[in-house]
Amino acid sequence: MLTKRVIACLDVRDGRVVKGVQFVDLIDAGDPATLAARHAREGADEIVLLDITATHEGRGTLLETVRRTARELFIPFSVGGGIWTADDAAAVFDAGADKVSINSAALDRPDLIDEIGRSFGAQAVIVAIDARRDPSASDPVSEAEVFIHGGRKFTGRKLLDWAREAERRGAGEILLTSMDSDGTRAGFDCELTACVSDAVQIPVIASGGAGTAAHFAEVFRRGRAHAALAASIFHFGVSDARELKRVLAKEGIPVRLPC
Amino acid sequence: MIAVIDYKAGNLTSVMKALNALNAMAIVTADPEEVRRASKVILPGVGHFAATRLLREQGLSDAVRDSIERGAPFLGICVGLQWLFEGSTEAPEDKGLGMFRGMCERFPVGAKVPHVGWNSINVRPGSRLMAHVNEGEFVYYTHSYRAPVVNDTVAVTEYGEVFSGAVERGNIMGVQFHPEKSGETGMRILSNFVEL
Repeated sequence: MLTKRVIACLDVRDGRVVKGVQFVDLIDAGDPATLAARHAREGADEIVLLDITATHEGRGTLLETVRRTARELFIPFSVGGGIWTADDAAAVFDAGADKVSINSAALDRPDLIDEIGRSFGAQAVIVAIDARRDPSASDPVSEAEVFIHGGRKFTGRKLLDWAREAERRGAGEILLTSMDSDGTRAGFDCELTACVSDAVQIPVIASGGAGTAAHFAEVFRRGRAHAALAASIFHFGVSDARELKRVLAKEGIPVRLPC
Repeated sequence: MIAVIDYKAGNLTSVMKALNALNAMAIVTADPEEVRRASKVILPGVGHFAATRLLREQGLSDAVRDSIERGAPFLGICVGLQWLFEGSTEAPEDKGLGMFRGMCERFPVGAKVPHVGWNSINVRPGSRLMAHVNEGEFVYYTHSYRAPVVNDTVAVTEYGEVFSGAVERGNIMGVQFHPEKSGETGMRILSNFVEL
């Protein structure tokens, strides 16, 4: 049986994992390669490394970080942040990533999805979407809107239209972050996730709001997510993937239990 | 020396990295002569079945046939497994190697496609490639087309229907999943191949 994936996400700045609430008050959380290996050992199904380095000089550091992290990692490994061209993607794949996650760059120039897909296969392209419910709409969920810059800038696009376009252009997966839930630790936005999951054929990864194991069970069931992203819940030893998956298994959610 | 064939289909880094971790001697090559000389051959691949056209155009199909005939172990991964069959409806004009009977087809309507994630495999006893892999262990898949179950299927997975997760006949082997991405289970399978 196909299992639900628990994905560990590492936010990386200048080669170090950092953690903060909505990109402020960042705390150093350790070395990406060490943390990725630990998450893999503890049963994470996949690792996402999200580069939040703002400066151009930091980009060279990123490729080195990807290379170092990938070296001892034998589970799927995705990299996002700062990928604006097919060449940027190629460099990240060369360094050992299996998938790239693109967000603002895809909104800016949607052809990028097609280009990376053509060269590296649809399975290698994750389109990340930051969305917010539209409280003024009659149906705030299905009318949800797409934002960039950590939720600060509205793009003028509707979530469902953009998700369908991403699929049509050859995205292999959608990484959906609810800007309403992100950083709250109060649970994923299950309605929003289910709405996208029903609208597209490709798998949807839910992100934003994870705080407890029960939140994961909920987004897999009610949110019809194929995978869910955990970032802060795994840091500082709060919880690990093994513990999380044991709870999910007890709840009857199909998961890959580590040996 | 293991020849890992480069036919511009996706990304070879992961496979090479896994082979290095197993201390296997391996080179990436698109040279038919190097493929003929190699003691083992791996054909990785993600992406579209049409990419296999390059194998024929560059004389690599013949090199692989020669290598297999000589008895060198061959492992096709993902599209590399599909290429061992007669072909795929993804690119009907491009023939496969025809080592196994049947066509690869898209998953039936109803299941989410692509099939992405960790799914369990049921292994047939006696397979050299799948030795020491227990019933129900998990491997990582990412694909939209699948190969039918045939006499030489040595592992099956269920996703909407049952399909070939691994095939093996003598020195000819293929896996639909990605052993290089399947954690300890995958490394055990690759190691089985390396040590043949």
